Amino acid sequence: MKVSYYPGCSLHGTAKEYDLSVRSVSRVLGIDLEEIDDWSCCGASSAHNTNFKLSIALPARDLITAEKKAQDVMVPCAACFNRLKTTEHHLCHDPALKAEIEGIVGGRYQGSVAIRNPIDIIANDIGLEALSAKVVKKLAGLKPVSYYGCLLLRPPEVCHFDNAENPVLLDRILTTLGAEVRPWSFKTDCCGGSLTISKTPIVTKMVDKLMAMAREAGANCLVTACPICTANLDMRPSAGKELPVFYFTELAALAMGQEGPDKWFGMHRTDPRPLLQELKLL
Amino acid sequence: MKSFLEEVNEKINGLPIQRCYHCRKCPAGCPMTGAMEHNPNRVIKMIQMGKKEAVLNSATIWLCVSCETCITRCPNEVDIARMMDVLRQMAIESGVGAKEKNILKFHEAFLANIRTGGRINEPMMMVQYKLKSGDLFSDMAMGLDMFMKGKLSLISPRTKDMGSVRRIFEKTKQS
Repeated sequence: MKVSYYPGCSLHGTAKEYDLSVRSVSRVLGIDLEEIDDWSCCGASSAHNTNFKLSIALPARDLITAEKKAQDVMVPCAACFNRLKTTEHHLCHDPALKAEIEGIVGGRYQGSVAIRNPIDIIANDIGLEALSAKVVKKLAGLKPVSYYGCLLLRPPEVCHFDNAENPVLLDRILTTLGAEVRPWSFKTDCCGGSLTISKTPIVTKMVDKLMAMAREAGANCLVTACPICTANLDMRPSAGKELPVFYFTELAALAMGQEGPDKWFGMHRTDPRPLLQELKLL
Repeated sequence: MKSFLEEVNEKINGLPIQRCYHCRKCPAGCPMTGAMEHNPNRVIKMIQMGKKEAVLNSATIWLCVSCETCITRCPNEVDIARMMDVLRQMAIESGVGAKEKNILKFHEAFLANIRTGGRINEPMMMVQYKLKSGDLFSDMAMGLDMFMKGKLSLISPRTKDMGSVRRIFEKTKQS
């Protein structure tokens, strides 16, 4: 299948390994990624925190460009995904705002392309059977907890992603990869998001709790689909509380025997390689 | 003259917040309640009571991290997350400013960075934030570690058609 690809800013920076692993996994699964021409930032938290119209106009620019190709848009970053879905929601439900935003951006928005996260595309379009067929090395011994965070799921009438209180799609993907997914109650708790820079102690407290709860659930790592969650989980825990954190696509590429994971893992602040070597997965 | 409640409802442009029957599900689920001086439910009450200055001048509205748990669980579909956006924007527009100054400075640095290149360049954005906030030395070791691991690129691809991005900033500029 062919999809438009919106990497977003983080995937060109601190979440490079997410971009590289999404590309690797897509290649194996036959998902052809076509990057949206000359895309710009979605505005993230900072736009909607301070300027509503800017927060709609920035993603609208990208959606209008994406609509030139009649194909779904894959958005790996949960924050970008949320802003694009929120923009779609407002433009489809508020004709006056739509007209104003079209005037600001300079183009017509049809609402014709679906905005989707790779978890959704892999679990629902590619399918778990097809995914399973590509697994060459089961992730035996790896005991992750799935951490969905906020922005893939909420609010559900905007995101249309998975059950907002107990999502399961990521758990199913990880189980298909052979991991022994641990159940826990903190799948959808917040990591502190964009406060990580300006209010670091609050974020450390939130992340420490997530680490403690993951350990209590018997996990030896956490898995995400969000550059902000990953940055906070990987960089903000207090000394001694850390657990390795993976993008789900890094683990998928590892299970599919692809080249690259070893190098990506070297970019993590908490090095996951000792755990993977101990489990004979690397 | 419009009441504070009417002003807020008009800007939310959705269901009126007086649908709230104060079940307090929002503070129960809010991850930031512990750090806030007024919990989200209390903010609704304060708006109903016309306490404009106290609300706009509170740290609470800046500490809301937009996790959207409140709107997801509200039995009356009161969009508290959107309400917090509206209150922040009102605080900026009315000249009250931000009680949590560095949070707003972070947002300003972030948006200034988009305005410059169409996309965020994380190291440059951090420099902009540090210059604005004066918080020069935190995260230096972390930044160096990330740089050594190849995670920070001082030069990253930008949007080519910057005219279209600047036009969006121009046309959405607030008075």
